Amino acid sequence: MSRLRDVSSWVEERLQWNDLIAPLRKKTVPLHRLSYWYFLGGITLFLFMIQVLTGILLLLYYRPGANEAFESIQYIMTQVQFGWLVRSIHSWSANLMIFTAFAHMFSVLFLKAYRKPRELTWLTGVILLLLLLGFGFSGYLLPWNTLAFFATKVGTEITGQVPIVGNPSMVFLRGGEEVTGATLTRFFGFHVAVLPGLTTLLILLHLLLVQRQGMSVPPSVEAEWAAQPSARREMKFFPNFALRELMAWYVALGALGALAAIFPWNLGVKADPFAPAPAGIKPEWYFLFMFQTLKLIPAKVWFVDGEVLGILAFGAIGLLWILLPFFASAKPSLTKTWITGLAGFALAYITGMSVYGYLAK
Amino acid sequence: MAILRNNSPAFVKAEWRVILVFLVFSALVNVSDGQAKNSCLDCHSALPEPLGVTQDTFAGDIHSQKGLSCVSCHGGDATSDEPDQAMSRKAGWKGKIDRKQVPQLCGSCHSDPAYIRQFNPSLRTDQLDQYRTSVHGKRFAAGDGKVAVCTDCHSVHDLRAPSDPRSTVNPVNVAMTCSRCHSDANYMKEYSIPTDQFARYSQSVHHDALAVRGDLSAPTCTTCHGNHGAVPPGVDKVQNVCSTCHVFQAQMYEQSLHKKAFQARSLPGCVVCHSNHAITHPTDAKLGTGPGATCTECHTPGDKCDQARAELLGGLNRLDASIRHADEVVALAESSGMEVSEARLGQNQARDALTKARVTVHSFRQDLMDQDIQAGLNIAAKDLEAGQKAMAEYKHRRIGLGVSLLAIGTVLVSLRLFIKKIES
Repeated sequence: MSRLRDVSSWVEERLQWNDLIAPLRKKTVPLHRLSYWYFLGGITLFLFMIQVLTGILLLLYYRPGANEAFESIQYIMTQVQFGWLVRSIHSWSANLMIFTAFAHMFSVLFLKAYRKPRELTWLTGVILLLLLLGFGFSGYLLPWNTLAFFATKVGTEITGQVPIVGNPSMVFLRGGEEVTGATLTRFFGFHVAVLPGLTTLLILLHLLLVQRQGMSVPPSVEAEWAAQPSARREMKFFPNFALRELMAWYVALGALGALAAIFPWNLGVKADPFAPAPAGIKPEWYFLFMFQTLKLIPAKVWFVDGEVLGILAFGAIGLLWILLPFFASAKPSLTKTWITGLAGFALAYITGMSVYGYLAK
Repeated sequence: MAILRNNSPAFVKAEWRVILVFLVFSALVNVSDGQAKNSCLDCHSALPEPLGVTQDTFAGDIHSQKGLSCVSCHGGDATSDEPDQAMSRKAGWKGKIDRKQVPQLCGSCHSDPAYIRQFNPSLRTDQLDQYRTSVHGKRFAAGDGKVAVCTDCHSVHDLRAPSDPRSTVNPVNVAMTCSRCHSDANYMKEYSIPTDQFARYSQSVHHDALAVRGDLSAPTCTTCHGNHGAVPPGVDKVQNVCSTCHVFQAQMYEQSLHKKAFQARSLPGCVVCHSNHAITHPTDAKLGTGPGATCTECHTPGDKCDQARAELLGGLNRLDASIRHADEVVALAESSGMEVSEARLGQNQARDALTKARVTVHSFRQDLMDQDIQAGLNIAAKDLEAGQKAMAEYKHRRIGLGVSLLAIGTVLVSLRLFIKKIES
């Protein structure tokens, strides 16, 4: 123990470690009946760290290129020690991360944690979710299998429908007019360099904002505490909340391991650009609600192309969604009504359309 | 026999200026209807069969599309609205073409390479010569008016290119066209040949490939018998006919004892085991002793050849069973989420080896068969091992998961106890 203290004091003399973690020691977390929602952000962060770790391991063997990508993953899955586990965890973790990010966003909406002064926390959070969707879209192509190839083809085609900037964007994403090996290389670059860099910066900013502003308390709990001040409770962030968060991470780790071992992520069949698209091709589940909506819009709405209208509508809704807290009314009760109603509708719509899209032929 | 063509030598050799004047004049004359006048159709489109030919029918005819008209075959003057002038012998009108004149009339153009080259440089011009060598042509020359002439197979007035699916001689329609005569027992009565060819062919693997699966390379009547030079293949030539498609089977058969034996007994090669028109999909049962067996029709049970048959069949059965077993294990591993695509690929190679062995059967040589069978068995054994390894790995993963979850559970319980301790 004395040797440990020696090391600790050696580090302290050079880094003033105690000053650095002092805010953490003082930080507290409100304790109430809805406190467990606070874990979702942490679990998403944990899954992101898993992604980074497994992604680095996959990079040791993965080779981007139309002639090598599929084979390199096949090699990882069959020849590399625990390669199957790393790849399966990477794929499952990606999906779980997007799920927990969505859940985190809706919990923030329903608990009204976006309220002043946390508008920027919301803003960075929604942009982070969009970046995670970008991770999903770019990473899906990397195995270069049939489903990934045609899903990317359809996905980039949808981008190409946007007026004026659509076609140049599609050509930029594809690295040409068609989905080819150039697209794969490009998506690989986005997936392992551009997106991780941006995401890490935004996560740091998001965490800094959470740290500066503390955890939001739902208005209903605040009202209860105002009426009965003795009911106000809180716990220390470190170690009490941090240990509970650690437990949540362990649960997530166990779930990830079980999913990866029981349902290893399928590699599929190598993409053949000259083969016809398989029937009933669909994107990943998190894009399904948008895909299904675009399918349901008539070819022509008045004189406007239905698909273009749908894409523009999603773009506009996305922009308004990012800016949602800035539309909050000065009257909290009014805000509560329309934003909560909107969140409920959005959740029902996304869930309903995703299920419909999954079941539709 | 003379025939009126649209390009006389004088016209071809004309000066460009004359051509120009002619074209302008023609355009002015025909400006009202946009095409050369054909008074024949004006009347014949209103007549009943067999004299009736409508504009629509003739418009679909390949000759009409290439610029020929009624006059090209029937003569006469199609520019005149007067029947007497249009069907004037002076104007070369020949009336209905006598059936005896049909091959010669068609051949007057189709046997002229210089003329045919203008329309289709790759079209053959030996049809009439071939026809003369055919059973049809020989009987026709001998005065048999019932045998097929050009128009019987190709039709008339609505004649289409063979590549046109509506053509009577399109590969898909050939069997039906031949059957119009050859399945008519009354019509064929005097020729003393069977009339069940079409019925038998309709049950065959060839018909299935062509008519059901749409494989236009699959054989129809003309593939084996020839078209213009149609004859039944001679007993000793059957192998040559089949080998045009079944090359490797023929090579194996060449090395077999059966070839000599069949030749010595004047037996028709492939047909002995596979029949002719009613060729069904061959199965390993042909080598067996039960239903569908072929060898036992000639060979005595227990003799030397019968023993060889049993060995050949045993090899095929052994390989087939090995592939099926490996398939089951690989499929189980795949459905368990294991990556076994290489074994799947290997199984395709094993199946190829089985197919090759089934081709090698035609040599009836055990040594050649053994090579193919062993190659397939080796691949299937390797794939089986890959599948079994994948399943063993699957079980290890389950154990590993159990141990990991136990460790995670222990950490969770410890953390919970620790939290309880520091908060108490």
